Amino acid sequence: MSAQNHSVPVPVGGPLLNKTTFIAGALIVLMAAILLYRFIFGLGSVTNLNDGYPWGLWIVVDVMIGSALACGGFSVAMLVYIFNKGEYHPLVRPALLASLLGYTLAGAGVIFDLGRWWNIWNMFWPGSVNPNSVMFEVAVCITAYIVVMWIEFSPVFLEKLGLRDMKRKLNKFLFLIIALGTLLPMMHQSSLGTLMVVMGSQVHPLWQTPFVPLLFLLTAIIMGYAVVLFESCVASSAYRRSIEVHLLNPMARIMLGIVAAYIAVRLGDVIFRGVIGRSFHLSLEGLMFWLEMACFVAPFLIIGTEAQRRNPARLFVAGILLVLGGSLLRLNGFLIGYDTGPGFRYFPALPEILVTMGMFATEVLIYVVITRRFPVLPREA
Amino acid sequence: MSSRRDFLKGCLAGGTALTVGAGSAPVQARDTYTRPPEAMGLLYDATLCIGCKACMAACKQANNNPAEFSTSDQLWDTPLDTSGHSFNIIKMYRNGTMETKDAEINGYAFMKTSCMHCADPSCVSACPVSAMTKDPVNGIVAYNPDKCIGCRYCVAACPFGIPKYQYDDPLGRIGKCELCRHRHKDGHYSACAEVCPTGATLFGRTEDLLAEAKRRLALKPGTVTSYPRGRLRPATEKMLQGQADGKGEKRRHGWRDEPDQIYEGTVGKYVQHVYGEKEYGGTQVLKLSGVTFEKVGMPNLPPYSSAATSETIQHTLYGGLLMPIAVLGALSWVAKRNVKPDDDSGGES
Repeated sequence: MSAQNHSVPVPVGGPLLNKTTFIAGALIVLMAAILLYRFIFGLGSVTNLNDGYPWGLWIVVDVMIGSALACGGFSVAMLVYIFNKGEYHPLVRPALLASLLGYTLAGAGVIFDLGRWWNIWNMFWPGSVNPNSVMFEVAVCITAYIVVMWIEFSPVFLEKLGLRDMKRKLNKFLFLIIALGTLLPMMHQSSLGTLMVVMGSQVHPLWQTPFVPLLFLLTAIIMGYAVVLFESCVASSAYRRSIEVHLLNPMARIMLGIVAAYIAVRLGDVIFRGVIGRSFHLSLEGLMFWLEMACFVAPFLIIGTEAQRRNPARLFVAGILLVLGGSLLRLNGFLIGYDTGPGFRYFPALPEILVTMGMFATEVLIYVVITRRFPVLPREA
Repeated sequence: MSSRRDFLKGCLAGGTALTVGAGSAPVQARDTYTRPPEAMGLLYDATLCIGCKACMAACKQANNNPAEFSTSDQLWDTPLDTSGHSFNIIKMYRNGTMETKDAEINGYAFMKTSCMHCADPSCVSACPVSAMTKDPVNGIVAYNPDKCIGCRYCVAACPFGIPKYQYDDPLGRIGKCELCRHRHKDGHYSACAEVCPTGATLFGRTEDLLAEAKRRLALKPGTVTSYPRGRLRPATEKMLQGQADGKGEKRRHGWRDEPDQIYEGTVGKYVQHVYGEKEYGGTQVLKLSGVTFEKVGMPNLPPYSSAATSETIQHTLYGGLLMPIAVLGALSWVAKRNVKPDDDSGGES
């Protein structure tokens, strides 16, 4: 191979069968069994979904939160290629891999949840599509993004397979793929928020706002960086590698800047619309609003200074808090702050939870296999 | 109304500029749609309803829906709410001693729950595959199971909680009232109105129904007036009426009617509000009640639709794909400068 530059990605190597992959495999088998049952006996047989809460764990967590968690690839690629911060390049491939898996599984998760999945082709059939539907925009955009990400990531496989010609050809228009890979998540991550607009007053006013696309976009970018912080720490400890603090520290600073902008928009919006008072009501919604807000504010206390950001443990905790904050925004808007009238309750059933766990296990398993066998993580110095 | 739209436009323009850093956004605010002139619907007058639930049985039969049980003996169809298998329910309000009908305190009242056939339906705007559509002529909000992917966005979107999914069925559909449109070709109208013994549920053109509702609201409670039953026949149609058996009528307007069944009744104490006249831009099903609408389960809704807000945002951002293409162009230009030809050497200084 070429020069042994320390940031050249190489396979980690090592055994594929270990405790982690074994547990992940077991969870995946369990998920497959539950899904088989679901497809034979219907959604009601394994979920607690009802007409007051037609969207539950699978949509809100697996798809909405799952895809936002998978924004690392987009957030880092934007930093590297759009803002020309080449020094973050070693973070691109691992982040992109996590995104690729997250999105592909979110796409699969949608199928599990669709009540009439065999009609899915209508989503792409010109005679059926409804361009007024926010869901249509989300679906088409996410599908396109999954394809774009596989192309963006394909050099990893081409390198492994030694297909240098094809890789060279791909490199010629990689800039277009990268541009698309930045545009598409901007579009659908904001639209995932817009999904709630048509629900009108059923969504609590603390979350129902015409600014919701911007809020979802900003938090998706934030969650993208937060997940990279989190993943870098986990991957380092799992593979006993040194943490790239020299990269994570300045990236965390950029992230905090976006968090500050988000807090300004979020608070400005609830104050300007005159609904901030609702957050002080003694209610679950009020409590959740401030809990969500706290998750975005606390990182300034934890990694606000340069010295604090050199501490991997602090980066890790701040990353978790921001992931939690963005997740709460989605959970609050679509489940906790959603009320279609009296008489309905929802808490996910055990099989629903097991499927969600199985989805995350699938992600972990594939991540481990690919990083151990394909050139994704930077070579250790 | 317009100031609200301007506010929305402002928010969006600001939000978009922030989002993409691009300047001019093609802002296309859309108004809330109004009912088509020939919109068909129902008028439900709670003061006339006796709670017999004949409409529920007729609806089940007309839509070929199975019985749903909520009692241990499992003998009678006893759905507690609308569902994927029950499109029409008469609900009951009760307070204190339940002495007086249609009284809020110490009284009881009935309320029909079924699709309102909105002028600007959220379900139609939400549906990604056009399985929910609104007929441009009669305004009926119809469902096509052959297109439906079962995403249940319509269920989540409807402010009345009307479209419902059949969770108990692996091939489950969305179930909702379609005003018995499948029976129209035989001259039959909505089964609930056909069977209602008191005319509490009345079928007709929404415009005529609205006039009838306003006529009732203007009457003095306790006085006697005449109430039609079944289908509301507008004055112009009566002048054209043919034979007494109704056959002549069918030829003229397509409906298989029994002879006019107008009866005399006492005017109830109405809340001075036609529910559905303005809610969400108007609905084709209208309601009158003696008890405040919110207490009988009808939500307090603004005069503009959420669909209009949602589509304004959607088309401001994506109208003609102008903005995405512009942003893609800018991103490609920047990316082309920053992507190094042999990327895998990485770690550029």
